[in-house]
Amino acid sequence: MKKSVWFLCILIVLSMVLSACGAQATEAPAPAEKFRVAVVMPSAINDLAFSQSMYDALVRVQTEMGGPDAFEFVYSDGMFVVDDAAAAIRDYATQGYNLVIAHGSQYGSSLQEIAPDFPNTSFAWGTTVDTFGQPNIFAYEAASQEGGYINGVLAATLSQSKVIGVVGPIETGDAKLYVDGFKAGVAATDPSVQVNVNYIGSFSDVALASEAATTHISAGADVLTGTAQMVVGAIGKAEEADALWFGTQSNQTSLAPSIVVASQVYHWEVILNEMIGLIKSGTLGGRSFTANLANGGEVMEYNPDYALPADAKSLADKTVQGIIDGTIKISLP
Amino acid sequence: MIQDLFSVTVLIGILASGIRLATPYLYAAIGETFSQRSGVLNLGVEGQMLLGAFAAFYVSLRTGNLWLGLLTAMLVGAVMGLAMAYVTVNLQAQQGISGIGFYLFGLGMSDLLFQKLMPTVETIRGFPRIYIPGLSDIPGIGEIFFSQNILVYSAYLLVPVAWFVLNKTTLGLKIRAVGENPDAADSLGVSVARVRYFTIILGGTLSGIAGASLSIALLNVFQQNMTSGAGFIAVALVYFGAWRPIGVLGGALLFSMVNALQLWVQVLNIPIEPEIAVMMPYVLTILVLVATVSRVRAPSALTKPFEREN
Amino acid sequence: MSALKNKLQSEWISRFIDSLLPVFATLAALLIGAVMLLFLRVNPIEAYAALWDGAFGSPNAFAETLVKATPLLLVALGICISFRGDVINIGGEGQMIVGAVFATWVGLTFTNLPGWLVIVLALLAGFAGGAVWGGIPGLLKAYFRVNEILSTVMMNAIAVQLMNFLLRGPMIDPSQAQLASKIPQTAPLLDIFRLPRLVPTRLHLGALIAVILAVLVYILLWRTTLGYRIRAVGQNPNAARYAGIKVQRYVVLALLLSGAFSGLAGATQVYGVNYRMITDGSASGFTGSAGFNGIVAALFGQLHPVWSIPASILFGALLVGANKMQRVVQVPSALVIALNGLVVVFVVSSEIWRRRRQRQRLAVGGMEEEPPPPHEKAGQAEAGT
Repeated sequence: MKKSVWFLCILIVLSMVLSACGAQATEAPAPAEKFRVAVVMPSAINDLAFSQSMYDALVRVQTEMGGPDAFEFVYSDGMFVVDDAAAAIRDYATQGYNLVIAHGSQYGSSLQEIAPDFPNTSFAWGTTVDTFGQPNIFAYEAASQEGGYINGVLAATLSQSKVIGVVGPIETGDAKLYVDGFKAGVAATDPSVQVNVNYIGSFSDVALASEAATTHISAGADVLTGTAQMVVGAIGKAEEADALWFGTQSNQTSLAPSIVVASQVYHWEVILNEMIGLIKSGTLGGRSFTANLANGGEVMEYNPDYALPADAKSLADKTVQGIIDGTIKISLP
Repeated sequence: MIQDLFSVTVLIGILASGIRLATPYLYAAIGETFSQRSGVLNLGVEGQMLLGAFAAFYVSLRTGNLWLGLLTAMLVGAVMGLAMAYVTVNLQAQQGISGIGFYLFGLGMSDLLFQKLMPTVETIRGFPRIYIPGLSDIPGIGEIFFSQNILVYSAYLLVPVAWFVLNKTTLGLKIRAVGENPDAADSLGVSVARVRYFTIILGGTLSGIAGASLSIALLNVFQQNMTSGAGFIAVALVYFGAWRPIGVLGGALLFSMVNALQLWVQVLNIPIEPEIAVMMPYVLTILVLVATVSRVRAPSALTKPFEREN
Repeated sequence: MSALKNKLQSEWISRFIDSLLPVFATLAALLIGAVMLLFLRVNPIEAYAALWDGAFGSPNAFAETLVKATPLLLVALGICISFRGDVINIGGEGQMIVGAVFATWVGLTFTNLPGWLVIVLALLAGFAGGAVWGGIPGLLKAYFRVNEILSTVMMNAIAVQLMNFLLRGPMIDPSQAQLASKIPQTAPLLDIFRLPRLVPTRLHLGALIAVILAVLVYILLWRTTLGYRIRAVGQNPNAARYAGIKVQRYVVLALLLSGAFSGLAGATQVYGVNYRMITDGSASGFTGSAGFNGIVAALFGQLHPVWSIPASILFGALLVGANKMQRVVQVPSALVIALNGLVVVFVVSSEIWRRRRQRQRLAVGGMEEEPPPPHEKAGQAEAGT
């Protein structure tokens, strides 16, 4: 009994201290010239996939613009709950950030609700093309079918067994674009190559993704690819079986330096820089951007340790050029 | 197409995949079997697995010693088990709920450590496959049963060991007595608290190994929330197996084989929506249980805290 | 006379302290969290000030807390029923999803009906959807002896796949269906179908509905034959059977009702918060793990529907505040989840002091106790065998 009274007193004091502090907590106004960005994203900043691609881009923009004094950014990671993300977006907008990025297609409806309340704040939403016709929303997306297409061309060229395996999460969004582009690239290069696609129904089940890769290999695949953060286990299976791997979203070479041929890497900073320029000149939104091979928002990064045959490399380069100048059209289902 | 499913390649593929996929379930579910047999429901398995997976991976990555990684995973699991034991035995907390707490703690903590200690996802060389001389050369069978890694083999060895301990030793007798009738066990001089501490810590240790079997033996990578619900499946499999190690083995294999089958269904381009295919193991596990109405009763004292009558 | 008065008074104080126990336990967990924050080189006082500010600092913040608490309370109400009936329903996540799917279908189909009617129909549909997803494990348990922990875990996974399939397939937003990157979401609900907001914040009518239902569930459990029978089966199925109660029927009902409330929680999330269904591929992306956290809230409220109201608010405040803390001091949100887990462990552990004090009061001949401690009923996973 005595103990609990003692305990109670401490807690009451503690809670009073806390509430007192709460009253004092104020946001320091930022110096006018500093550009402030807040980003809300669905997974961890080191997922080697979608979220990390944005985090890395922000770090690069910060370096280019001259460090934290010129460009400050804050983030909320792991905001897979749409409702929590909405609260975060609104809160960052309230705190006067110049640009609030909602990095996930599932955040669109929330943004549509929130943006009109903060006409002086700029918002960005990806990956999509829809700005909802609002003057302070930018939309951005990655033409992941383009890098997918290049990967597909290379995969079809390098496959000996003429069977290729694809591991994906759910058949939607960025993953769907990439996979459809990949299939188109394979079909355009060698229609006799069989592409087997496996959507495992989860963005987190690493075990199932890697067993899906094993299944592809058993079914004869000697080249694999996959998208989203749970494929990191699949790359290891490809390495074990000496099958080739093509990456997307982030550069995945470090995971298996002997078998990763190339990765399509998103360089969102190309788009971010454009947005920042527009915001500084007074345009807060209303435009949509696409990161693609032409504007450098997507870059094919090759693994220097993998001996890619010269003719395959030149075919890939030619395809990149074709996509850039429009002579190659990728038709998606 | 559908007739492609009935080929030797597919059969071997399903069996080999199933055996691998079942490995983490086996460790975790056998551990859970021990704690449930002593009357404790531990819903925190998933959290213990995640922390075990991270600990094993990180220590192996930094020291290059897989055994040290495995040992750390066991220790981390055991410490989580110790905490769970204190909360359930001494503080007599509602077991289902405290388990959810430990799950959330493990989920958050493993992710936090991952983000703070590692700049990005990395891979390691995990436990290699061990090809059992002679046997691994048998076509089909060899690939399925005799070319897996050490943690896969030991998961299956664990099943008869667990059966033996539970049914043929004094310790097992004590565990069962504590789970069925703690008052009687207590009056016969068995320390209910000590037995439950033992089983919960054992369960935690095995869950730690379950996590390690993913991160340093089967997948050789750590990613946030990588177990993706496997800990909860493991708890469900204990019910499926009616609290017997052999039943748990059956459940784990059934679930995993069907999961492997659905991967093949998609790979062979059989026209089924992927989501429907992914549902198959879950649906079938329930259906099999419906078809084989079990007569086995749960341990009577399951989820009930024990307190000595004064 | 005055002796009795004194006794009543000390009784009241004692109960008051009991009801604050979860708060103390939460603060104790936050003390451990403070150590973790120090390791992350964050000032815990600044962090917790932000937490407080995010949960209670302004009318808007408090409204957010209540919005978060609403699905927790609805799920908790269902949990009160099922745990009282001695069934452990951990299928809240799946039941929320199916309830939301049913409700969304109503809103997308009957677009020419008046708004109020669609809202009523949708909430009923959500209730029904959850009832179906809870009723199946109920039937399986009562008639096929399939343990409900197993079936609800499996059905959570099935519900996620069902949602993913429907949202990228038959129920997809027509404007998304035309795009190459098909975002898995339904069309938005018409504006007139939105649950009315109570004050100029995001607080919606669902919160009020949940509070009213809390009282109704209390009446159901303690003032009706149905409730009495559910509790009787929960306390001692054999005795209930001898008393002529059809045990199996009440096992099914307990799970069915429990699922129905979770389904309603899913429906209010769609009609009060998101105005459409979106999936990120996981259950918690939609539910915010309310299907699990609702269980915790119910236990915080000692499995009493009315006490579950403050318990849900406390828990909602913690979740909302912790997210704010994440933003202000810039720690990974994983810390928020770990902290959440610590709070759950501490609160559920603190129950022992309440039970001890309760026993002391009984020993000195105190007043009749109302709800008996939860674990005395939530035992025996195999009721009705």
